[in-house]
Amino acid sequence: MIDFLFDYTTLRLIWWVVLGVLLIGFAVTDGFDMGVGALLPFVAKTDIERRVAINTVGPVWEGNQVWFVLGGGAIFAAWPALYAVSFSGFYLAMFLVLFALILRPVAFKYRSKHDSYRWRNNWDWALFIGGAVPALIFGVAVGNTLQGVPFHLTDDLRPIYEGNLFGLLNPLAIYCGLVSMAMLVMHGAAWLAFKADGTVGERASAIGPKAALAAAGLFAFGGVLIYAGLFGGYEVTSPIVWDGPSNPLYKTVVANDTAWLRNFQAQPLLWLVPLLGIVAPLFAALGFRARMAGLTFLASQLAIVCIIATVGLAMFPIILPSSTNPGHSLAVFDASSSRLTLRNMLIATVIFLPIILAYTAWVYRVLWGKVTEDDMRGPGHAY
Amino acid sequence: MTDPLLVELSRLQFALTALYHFLFVPLTLGLSIMIAMMETVYVMTKRVIWRDMTKFWGVLFGINFALGVATGITMEFQFGMNWAYYSHYVGDVFGAPLAIEGLMAFFLEATFVGLFFFGWDKLSARGHLAVTWLVAIGTNLSALWILIANGWMQNPVGSAFNTDTMRMEVTDFAAVLFNPVAQAKFVHTVSAGYVCGAAFVLGISAWYMLKGRHVELAKRSFVIASAFGVASALSVIVLGDESGYEITDNQKMKLATMEAMWETEPAPASFTLIGIPNMADRTTSYGIHIPWVMGLIGTRSLDQQIPGIFDLVEKAEERIRNGIPAYDALEKLKADRTDAEARVTFEATNADLGYALLLKQFVADPREATEQNIKDAAWSTVPTVPAMFFTFRIMVLSGFILLGVFLVSLWYTTREVAAPRWLFRLALLAMPLPWIAAEVGWFVAEFGRQPWIIEGVLPTFLATSELGVSDLVITILGFTLVYGVLAVIEVRLMLAAIAHGPTGDHPEAAGSLTLAPAQ
Repeated sequence: MIDFLFDYTTLRLIWWVVLGVLLIGFAVTDGFDMGVGALLPFVAKTDIERRVAINTVGPVWEGNQVWFVLGGGAIFAAWPALYAVSFSGFYLAMFLVLFALILRPVAFKYRSKHDSYRWRNNWDWALFIGGAVPALIFGVAVGNTLQGVPFHLTDDLRPIYEGNLFGLLNPLAIYCGLVSMAMLVMHGAAWLAFKADGTVGERASAIGPKAALAAAGLFAFGGVLIYAGLFGGYEVTSPIVWDGPSNPLYKTVVANDTAWLRNFQAQPLLWLVPLLGIVAPLFAALGFRARMAGLTFLASQLAIVCIIATVGLAMFPIILPSSTNPGHSLAVFDASSSRLTLRNMLIATVIFLPIILAYTAWVYRVLWGKVTEDDMRGPGHAY
Repeated sequence: MTDPLLVELSRLQFALTALYHFLFVPLTLGLSIMIAMMETVYVMTKRVIWRDMTKFWGVLFGINFALGVATGITMEFQFGMNWAYYSHYVGDVFGAPLAIEGLMAFFLEATFVGLFFFGWDKLSARGHLAVTWLVAIGTNLSALWILIANGWMQNPVGSAFNTDTMRMEVTDFAAVLFNPVAQAKFVHTVSAGYVCGAAFVLGISAWYMLKGRHVELAKRSFVIASAFGVASALSVIVLGDESGYEITDNQKMKLATMEAMWETEPAPASFTLIGIPNMADRTTSYGIHIPWVMGLIGTRSLDQQIPGIFDLVEKAEERIRNGIPAYDALEKLKADRTDAEARVTFEATNADLGYALLLKQFVADPREATEQNIKDAAWSTVPTVPAMFFTFRIMVLSGFILLGVFLVSLWYTTREVAAPRWLFRLALLAMPLPWIAAEVGWFVAEFGRQPWIIEGVLPTFLATSELGVSDLVITILGFTLVYGVLAVIEVRLMLAAIAHGPTGDHPEAAGSLTLAPAQ
């Protein structure tokens, strides 16, 4: 009865969606941790304020970060070609992200273990870098993906990357980095407004609307840039064999400036997604002003979902285009794992994801409530 | 062919980051279980000292856990960053256990570890105990999935090469999960982690006993650590990794090089206690041999032979010759997917395709290999024998010393008499041993796998990303710098927390620790 779930075409589509869900899950959960890190010097001036801010994410950042690790594992398992090409191609950028993400856990754990201004201030800088740098780089990576990445594959399918770190830092990519930065700062501010009591929450509510308006404006103007063809685009010109072997060399792809709009033109309902990507941050901005912290945070989440989903929908069925050899681009139908692996991984996901969501929800419920400055003076907190 | 320097640097970086990561992992494995046991006693007896013990060792666990997580992220991404061809070639098989590890284990431990520290006031005693056990179970499940992935690198079961996709694909997932090499490794590695935890708790408790501080806590911790230590050390030694060493040619080679056993001996083979192996002459001099022991360890029998290095090299040569037609057929299939004759040849010979790839370090096209190339490639299947021989002995010696320390400690804890001070000094001195054993143990397992990254399937020198040497230099220096600084901070925090000792309530309270001045 559920056999149709397990045919190769369906499995690939499901895993394309799962890829998106994982990236979005990461951005929605770990995103506010990064936002809080990036906001730390601006919303919290004194040590006790900083500790309030840090303790709002203190108990949950560890679980949130697993989305990132799980995303890495799932891409490895379900989209090995994507894992191989992107991680080795973006080598030094990936190293910077790792660097930031290694600093962050350590900074959380060690910051308040020693009572010295210099010690704590240094770790606060580490938290700032650990939040701001990945927030920027993830956007830069998306910007490069939209434009196409210079790589080709040998006939053994060995990926050869032809660019370098400075090629990644082109103006359009940095523009996407700013979108991502604004989006995650909005999200961090929404979290702080929701969780932090007193001055920290106030400052976050003041910065939040600016970040939200920036996110909406930058994202909308990004759409204009795509429409104007500045990012370029790629389309598959050979017939697509949805259940064919995962070998990117069997197809042809050409560069076409209007290609990233095709899916929206073919399915006008899809325009709702980018539209919500603009409207939801505006709602978040209003929410900050109206002091409706819960709704603000939900609006911020919706904004992230729609902004990331827009990118995926625009590029479908391509996942990672090659700018130098478009035919070697990685696509949903030729960069996945085998049918058997996709099936096994789907079964594992269907079993474990609901369990994860259930206990994560339980943990958030146990920790429900505002973090106050008084909490920081009493016992019962760790950071 | 890939720049050999790039390959060496990629291996160096992986070795550095993996060995560094594994400084924290075994302690997490062992300490999480021990903390859960202590808290169980607390919940059963309601005696506050056991809660204090849970919290105190919990602080040290937390300091260690942070770096374990941070350095683990590097491991998850390094395959794609530095081993892109490997990732393409085996991602279909190797990626799944890593992803399932995230789903099933890492999420569990990482989500609940926050509650372990923050949840004392928010949960009932039983609720908190459940959280602690979930953290411990999560860390151990994590090890299971990682070792399933690693076991497949040593014994690649349940998979086959697909000529359409130019990679290995899974054919039997259950075989990958129940890989006997993975099972043996899991038991061995997790037990080694427990030994680490036990030696850590034993050593620090002994220090408190020597100083006469926190004696109540130290005494109880010492008892738990010695009992847990005896059980774990016995498990590491009895359920050693060797059980998996008869399965594949490379595993047999690993065993032969660990023993510097050049010639095949009539069963049961003797064990070379110590000697000086010589790679150039292919002999071992000054060997002290103990009859029968090797045969018993290696095969668990008196009549099965353990092949020596010369015989295994001969076998490798045969497989290289058999692999060349497979390579030829694959080249034809690349040119024309419908070439039926080539497909038949490939199906018949592809088990040895990896062996033909070994020739690529000497000649670009294995079909043009000379006799000398084939001989050289066959000998390249022998990892450096002295390195294997001596590291293995360091590991085994450390294990036996630890077992002795735990046994003596346990003996004294069951007597009426107080344990003597020399025993506490000994326990303190023995603290580094489990780490030394674990690190050289990984060296034996992974250096011994060379020249393969996936035994018999893909040679290491073909598996890297096409990066520049300068990229690797930057990241190796970067990792060394960051990891070095973090190591210093971690050790200072540990020492500060130990010097500070348990405080009763809320030992993690901010600002409660004072760092020892830097030396």
